[in-house]
Amino acid sequence: MNMVSSSVLADQPALAGQEVAVAIRGLTVRFSGPPVLDDLDFSIAQGEFVALLGRSGSGKSTLLRTLAGLDPAPPETVMVPAARAVVFQEPRLLPWKRVIANVTLGLRAPDAQAKARAALGEVELNHRAEAWPLTLSGGEAQRAALARALVREPRLLLLDEPFAALDALTRLRMQNLVGELWQAHRPAVLLVTHDVDEALLLADRVMVLRDGKIAVDTVVPLSRPRRHADPVFNRLRGELLAALGVH
Amino acid sequence: MSGAALTNYMTTRPWRRPLWRRLGQASRKGCVPLAIVLIWQVVSATGWVSAQTVPPPSAVAASFWQLAMSGQLGANILVSLERVAVGLGIGVVVGTTMALIAGLSRLGEDAIDPTVQMVRTLPHLALIPLMIMWFGIGEAPKLTLIALGATFPIYLNLFAGIRGADRKLREAASTLGLSRGETILHVVLPAALPSFLVGLRQAFGIAWITLVVAEQINASAGIGYLVMNARDFLRTDIIFVGLVIYAVLGLLTDQSVRFLEHHLLAWRPTYLKQEPTK
Repeated sequence: MNMVSSSVLADQPALAGQEVAVAIRGLTVRFSGPPVLDDLDFSIAQGEFVALLGRSGSGKSTLLRTLAGLDPAPPETVMVPAARAVVFQEPRLLPWKRVIANVTLGLRAPDAQAKARAALGEVELNHRAEAWPLTLSGGEAQRAALARALVREPRLLLLDEPFAALDALTRLRMQNLVGELWQAHRPAVLLVTHDVDEALLLADRVMVLRDGKIAVDTVVPLSRPRRHADPVFNRLRGELLAALGVH
Repeated sequence: MSGAALTNYMTTRPWRRPLWRRLGQASRKGCVPLAIVLIWQVVSATGWVSAQTVPPPSAVAASFWQLAMSGQLGANILVSLERVAVGLGIGVVVGTTMALIAGLSRLGEDAIDPTVQMVRTLPHLALIPLMIMWFGIGEAPKLTLIALGATFPIYLNLFAGIRGADRKLREAASTLGLSRGETILHVVLPAALPSFLVGLRQAFGIAWITLVVAEQINASAGIGYLVMNARDFLRTDIIFVGLVIYAVLGLLTDQSVRFLEHHLLAWRPTYLKQEPTK
């Protein structure tokens, strides 16, 4: 991507030789009192899956909102691709539009319908295309939201605790689905979550945000599919929990 | 909402219940009004209460039939309906326009809202003397009053509906790349539609009340004219006919808004239960 200078890559050894999807340089966000995000620096490579952990109030949602363009930021501090999509904790489907119309909403492609059908197929929701969103179960609604994001062919997919409101079994299925879709489409992903296991199951790299700064930034050196029983998984889990202040 | 709860909800659709049970329910609901009418008939017919004060239902029905046959009833109802339709139409257009301007821009809100909030505290029926002085005693003061009365519920409800549109949905729309105009069209206005329909129902109610009062000022046609005329000739039975017609027309217009809600808000859980599943 031409919008990022080559010097950006130098201080991120993990990214050497890869193109950058997201570059954050000296981002500070302050509402009142101490800064929520304090002189933040990091990059996400093309196609890289990054999980962002942090306790409530650590600024991770603020960071995601900034990347999504929902909160303003000085343009020189935030470089993101134009093609980006967000899945929120709540599905945020328009209840007065049927599922398929929610997926095609704002989509400016001539074959929007066909693309939407394909995206719904990928999340196994084709049979609910004509349903009203309020008749969907929690998992179905979140899959529809995922289809709505995917259909835009994002180069950056922002996931804001998308599984937090789901029951345990649905959450496992959704995590697998997100993993598969990421493998198939390879957008850069930033997953904001509370859940250390989720981060370790899905992400190439895990960051921990604390007091507006990145306290931990670690690559997950495990092949997929990942198993909880793996000793490396367990060691990382302990380290990340410790970084989050859980002992 | 959990899927299980909704499924359960959808299996108890009213039309799936057997006919005899629905008839049973209807007769249970209908038996109290029926008893009242019967007692009324007995009380009036036996002379406990003079038929001049409260005519028996049978006499009211007979007058109704007579008026209907002579064509007077139909003609007067049409006049009244037309007044409500035109007055309400003007009120809805004005109320909607003002609510859109005030609801969709801060500048519009500052320009319109304080004035409307002040004017609406004035009971619009208090303007009748002024209306007569300004517009005389023809159709103009009646239509103006109905329009004025209908404007405020439309304005207040639609304005609140527009401002109450879920901020989270508006955010989602912005991440989907919707322009401001598209966001208004796809998110804000549909979100405000239920409030608008509530306002429409209130406006209908006020329009009927205003009509009753306005038609009693000085009318040469309409249900109010029929009633006022009956008063002059001590025809209590015709006054009752007029009251029944006002009630029925009020009920019918309310039902028509409900019908509209049913179709425009088909996505709502309260209406979803009535949609056959495929």
